[in-house]
Amino acid sequence: MKRKNRKWIVLLIVGLMIAVTGCGGSTGTPASGGNQTTGGGSSNGGTNTSGSEAGSGSEESGEIKVGILHSLSGTMAISEVSVHDAELMAIEEINAAGGVLGKKLVPVIEDGASEPAVFAEKARKLIQQDGVATVFGGWTSASRKAMLPVFEELNGLLWYPVQYEGLEASPNIFYTGATTNQQIVPSVTWLLENRGTKFFLLGSDYVFPRTANMIIKAQLEAEGGEVVGEEYTALGHTDYSTVISKIIAAGPDVIYNTLNGDSNVAFFKQLKDAGITADDITVLSVSVAEEEIRGIGADVLEGHLAAWNYYQTTETPENETFVANYKAKYGDNRVTADPIEAGYIAVYLWAAAVEKAGTTDVDAVKEAAKGLEFTGPGGKVTIDGDNQHIYKTVRIGQVQPDGQFLELWNSGEPVKPDPYLETYDWAAGLSGG
Amino acid sequence: MALVLQQILNGLSVSSILLLIALGLAITFGLMKVINMAHGELIMIGAYTAYVVQGLFTSYLPESVFDYYFVIAIPASFLVAALFGLVLEMTMIRYLYGRPLDSLLATWGVGMILQQLARSIFGAPNVAVVSPSWLNGGLAIMPGLVLTYKRLFIIGLVIVCLLCMFLYIYRSAAGRRMRAVMQNRDMAASLGISTRKVDAATFAIGAGIGGIAGCALSLMGPIGPALGTYYIVDAFMVVVLGGVGKLLGTVLGALGMGLANTLFESLTDASIGKVFVFIAVIAFLQWRPTGFVSLRTRALDTSD
Repeated sequence: MKRKNRKWIVLLIVGLMIAVTGCGGSTGTPASGGNQTTGGGSSNGGTNTSGSEAGSGSEESGEIKVGILHSLSGTMAISEVSVHDAELMAIEEINAAGGVLGKKLVPVIEDGASEPAVFAEKARKLIQQDGVATVFGGWTSASRKAMLPVFEELNGLLWYPVQYEGLEASPNIFYTGATTNQQIVPSVTWLLENRGTKFFLLGSDYVFPRTANMIIKAQLEAEGGEVVGEEYTALGHTDYSTVISKIIAAGPDVIYNTLNGDSNVAFFKQLKDAGITADDITVLSVSVAEEEIRGIGADVLEGHLAAWNYYQTTETPENETFVANYKAKYGDNRVTADPIEAGYIAVYLWAAAVEKAGTTDVDAVKEAAKGLEFTGPGGKVTIDGDNQHIYKTVRIGQVQPDGQFLELWNSGEPVKPDPYLETYDWAAGLSGG
Repeated sequence: MALVLQQILNGLSVSSILLLIALGLAITFGLMKVINMAHGELIMIGAYTAYVVQGLFTSYLPESVFDYYFVIAIPASFLVAALFGLVLEMTMIRYLYGRPLDSLLATWGVGMILQQLARSIFGAPNVAVVSPSWLNGGLAIMPGLVLTYKRLFIIGLVIVCLLCMFLYIYRSAAGRRMRAVMQNRDMAASLGISTRKVDAATFAIGAGIGGIAGCALSLMGPIGPALGTYYIVDAFMVVVLGGVGKLLGTVLGALGMGLANTLFESLTDASIGKVFVFIAVIAFLQWRPTGFVSLRTRALDTSD
């Protein structure tokens, strides 16, 4: 009898522990790579039947309600709170300048709680119950994928501010973060020209890194690079000694890092201890921004690279004001980063589209948004009418001892978004997923 | 050749880390039979203590002594985590002895509370701990074979912790009382030992060692509110694999897990390697359900 009891207890513990790590894994990607699934790729022309007037609920009064939907609790709060702050700041600035169509913007704030299901539920609540004109929100691709059917069903409007894996273009979402051809593809080309041809691909074991690496491998093959190793570790993996041994044995010129979250800290600390500096092997990351550098330590990251569309150090007059305002509002120790800027300009782009359309009606705003230009902190952006992504300037930066980036290269002009990589011959067949 | 040697060294290093995170649990779970799901959070507390000590050093002391903050951080994290453990024992665990399922759920809840507490105090993003300069770099034994000072330091720290625990448990009066209570509570109580005090002290020590582990791990990994969840599974696995209730078992369990981890990982990759390790552990426990070292006493069979 006793023995049986004990067995059950052990089983229960094991189950619980798996649940614990499962949660930690699926929601625990506290870094800037907001990016998961590649599945489906909801195409244009979905079902936009019901409730197109849902978006203009409060237009009669002197206010326009807009939804802000980010994770304010749970593991993703790490990253999303800053974006939420930037969006609120943009709303405040717009209101101070007279509002939109002469009306004040009133943010309705909801907490996605790091759970895709909660995101979907809150999105529905914002559109149906609060009658918001638009929603700014989301971070992980899982949360975006969960909200997508809601916005398509109710013909709502979502502004999604994070770089992601591409292969998607919903008619009800505007993507203000980079797609692959505005971040990963140009950075690989740059590395091939400036750092060497032998690539080691290291990523967290879920869909975004695997999709990204699939694209990188196709590109390397076409452009004369070589993959000398490819490793994936579970989210939250903390011991990289074996991986580093493999890297040393493989002898790459470049490590292309798509690790997400806390693993980055362990990897970079242990890489430095193994005596490998940026001079020996360059690591280029796509999920390490200013915010993450603070948690990893600039001394560990010094000299390594990242690919983004915006840095706090980006030299534009708009950025100077933006950084100063952000710090004045939220504290001197705060930093700005790519997704923060993308969330900020999303609000301005929507406001400009509404002004142009003269109404908050979703279909009219979408129509007005086509080709709309705006000069944000990261430079000039233009909304691409075909896929509702935006033209962005690609920038490669190097981590400096103070935790900021020094821009080594930029694309000179904003790059046209191409979420399905249709303009690249080598990418044919990748977007089948 | 260098690669094989490097992997063996890596395996030893991973073992030492596993042992460090499991040692505290070997006491609270192994000896006291409390399924302490909050052990990971005690590790987290240790890591944050290192961060706080570092902050104090940079604010109040000249830069020249900064490198020695870590020497202070280790005992500090022991004390802070032990204090948390003591409070936890006195307010909750005390009422749950002999009720493993209840203590499992209750400590899990405590773990979540502690995580949220850390989030409220230190903010959700990770914080950075700058390693002291004397721990940077490594010992190059031969080309391609590097033993980093941090890993050496952790191996050394684990040996010291083990030694202290051994001396305490097997060579001190307090340790003797502790073993007596754990083996036969009623008998010990009737001989005049205050089981209350012994329980509280034992749990606090287990918690404190978890704190030391957190302090040491701040050298190698992330320091954030969810830190504990990354280590808790491995910690339980080491204790169960080694044999509940024996220090030597925990050592063997950590060695086995660490070496198997690096072996499988170098042969396959990190994800598949982990799967093989789990399979190996399950298979081993089917063959020897009590782990490497089993404790045979009449008391144990009836104590729960």
